[in-house]
Amino acid sequence: MRTILYIIQKEFLQIFRNKGMLPIIFVVPIVQLLILVNAATFEMKHIKVSVVDMDLSSSSRKLISKYEGSPFYEIVQTTFSYDQAMDQMQRGKVDVIIRIPNGFERKLVKENLSKVQFVINAINQSVAGLSSAYCSSILIDFNRELLQDWLNPSKLAGLKNIQTDYSYWYNPKLNYKTYMVPGILVLLVTIIGLLLSGMNIVREKEIGTIEQINVTPIRKIQFIAGKLTPFWIIAMFELAFGLSIGKLVFDIPIVGNLWLIFLSGGVYLFVILSVGLLVSTVTNNQQQAMLVSFFFLIIFILMSGLFTSIESMPHWAQEMDRLNPLMYFIKIMRMVLLKGSTFDDISQLFYSLVVFAIVMSSLAVWRYRKVA
Amino acid sequence: MVKRQAENIIVVKDLVKKFGSFIANDHLSFEVKKGEIFGFLGANGAGKTTAIKILCGLSSPTSGKLTVGGFDIYTEREKIKKNIGYMSQKFSLYDDLTVFENIRFYAGIYGLRKKEIEERTKVLMEKLDMKEARDKLIRSIPLGWKQKLAFSVAIIHNPKIVFLDEPTGGVDPLTRRQFWDMIFEASREGITVFVTTHYMDEAEYCDRVSIMVDGKIAALDTPENLKQQYLAASMNDVFLKLARAKVN
Repeated sequence: MRTILYIIQKEFLQIFRNKGMLPIIFVVPIVQLLILVNAATFEMKHIKVSVVDMDLSSSSRKLISKYEGSPFYEIVQTTFSYDQAMDQMQRGKVDVIIRIPNGFERKLVKENLSKVQFVINAINQSVAGLSSAYCSSILIDFNRELLQDWLNPSKLAGLKNIQTDYSYWYNPKLNYKTYMVPGILVLLVTIIGLLLSGMNIVREKEIGTIEQINVTPIRKIQFIAGKLTPFWIIAMFELAFGLSIGKLVFDIPIVGNLWLIFLSGGVYLFVILSVGLLVSTVTNNQQQAMLVSFFFLIIFILMSGLFTSIESMPHWAQEMDRLNPLMYFIKIMRMVLLKGSTFDDISQLFYSLVVFAIVMSSLAVWRYRKVA
Repeated sequence: MVKRQAENIIVVKDLVKKFGSFIANDHLSFEVKKGEIFGFLGANGAGKTTAIKILCGLSSPTSGKLTVGGFDIYTEREKIKKNIGYMSQKFSLYDDLTVFENIRFYAGIYGLRKKEIEERTKVLMEKLDMKEARDKLIRSIPLGWKQKLAFSVAIIHNPKIVFLDEPTGGVDPLTRRQFWDMIFEASREGITVFVTTHYMDEAEYCDRVSIMVDGKIAALDTPENLKQQYLAASMNDVFLKLARAKVN
């Protein structure tokens, strides 16, 4: 036990003596949290619209004004030439072209039917999907108003059959920050934890001190435990620090029990740091360790359910994701923080993390070789 | 027979170490007696470091029978490690820790008590005349000091044997001489010293030397006997004769 303490003491001395380390531990998380949470948004705002109004009637103006009035749209061009509008789209300056043909109002009045064309830039297909949905919903709204104007209220009442009302649970204002902060927090502690631990043993290999340790009678488990503990403490602190920022700056709800968060976080970090130390034992220099860590980080992060929904992944990917510790902890964070889930609710996720922790730390101890 | 066995602290028989098709150690056999200073000589790349790493348990031999301190190298590696000290040719102290922090760390892993560590550090600082450097970072002290300190750290736990792998590389002759004084002192305290070097003048300080050429032991005896045998004035001449014999 005392042996482990001597290693912990030495690691802390080295971490805090490294002048580059403190900013990494304290400043980077704040900056990342502030930037990522505000930037990584799924909401659509400022869809750039070019209006090609060939009709110039009161109806077409009314339709356009509906788009103008919406916070999602920004009319950046009004023109009579479809080619000009297309040209702007080619240059990427316009996301949507609304083309109102000549005779729009006339047909509407005479034939009760008129057409509007939307041309949507679908380079980013998810943005395109959302744009088209927004565009149509505004058009539907416009239709309804036309009916209101033309028909008398009593008839209108008959037309309304079903109205849908939504109530959003666990995130009533559909605030995406509430949804993102817990996930991004997990990301932060993961990156810091994995890189700190991944670079550690391999660094001792590079400078040669590992040999001096390997000729001592130290036991492998003591060595790994001594290496893991300091990073665990730092990463746990980081988690607490990030949660405070989330609460103070973004006002995320903390509905559930914080101790549950720290308990799961503790196990989760144990997993991540073990993976890091494992990487560190199999690689020969810091570049290799960095590359291997990034390889896993990117897969873990993109498949974590943070940016895309796991339910919409193909079946094999969902099966593969069972091996992704990030996925478990992000789920736990969202469930406990936003929904107030109890231990019973998350127990399956929690025990999965425990299994990971046992497997990964055993692997790290096993793979650390005192004899080359 | 029994008595002779007892005084051998290292016994190596037919040690072979291959890296792929390259044979770094080709059937080495030798014994090191308790308390002696054993010089392990050879040119760069002759296989000295490979052999020393095997003896320290840092590397596995391909074949051969080896015991260190009476323990078998295959099955009792961790027992061997309690009884040996090692100073590698790669510098092994932490640059970003102070002199005292380095001593405390290594002594700590060897299981020394806090009080013992304090006491030994005090004695050591006086002996090395480094009292004012106690709280300086390793990176800020001169190379000669670092090497003397690395040696002291290697024997901080009073091992039976200390392995030194080119301990005096890159330091000036005066510091080298002082370093050897420390080796003599350790030897007087009963520590067996196993030292590799390619400085032939240092060979004269050893009780017995073995000279390795291309992975094999070309000669093994006391410096005096070797000089007589090869009709040489110095160990340097002995070495050159052996190396040339190989070329011819």
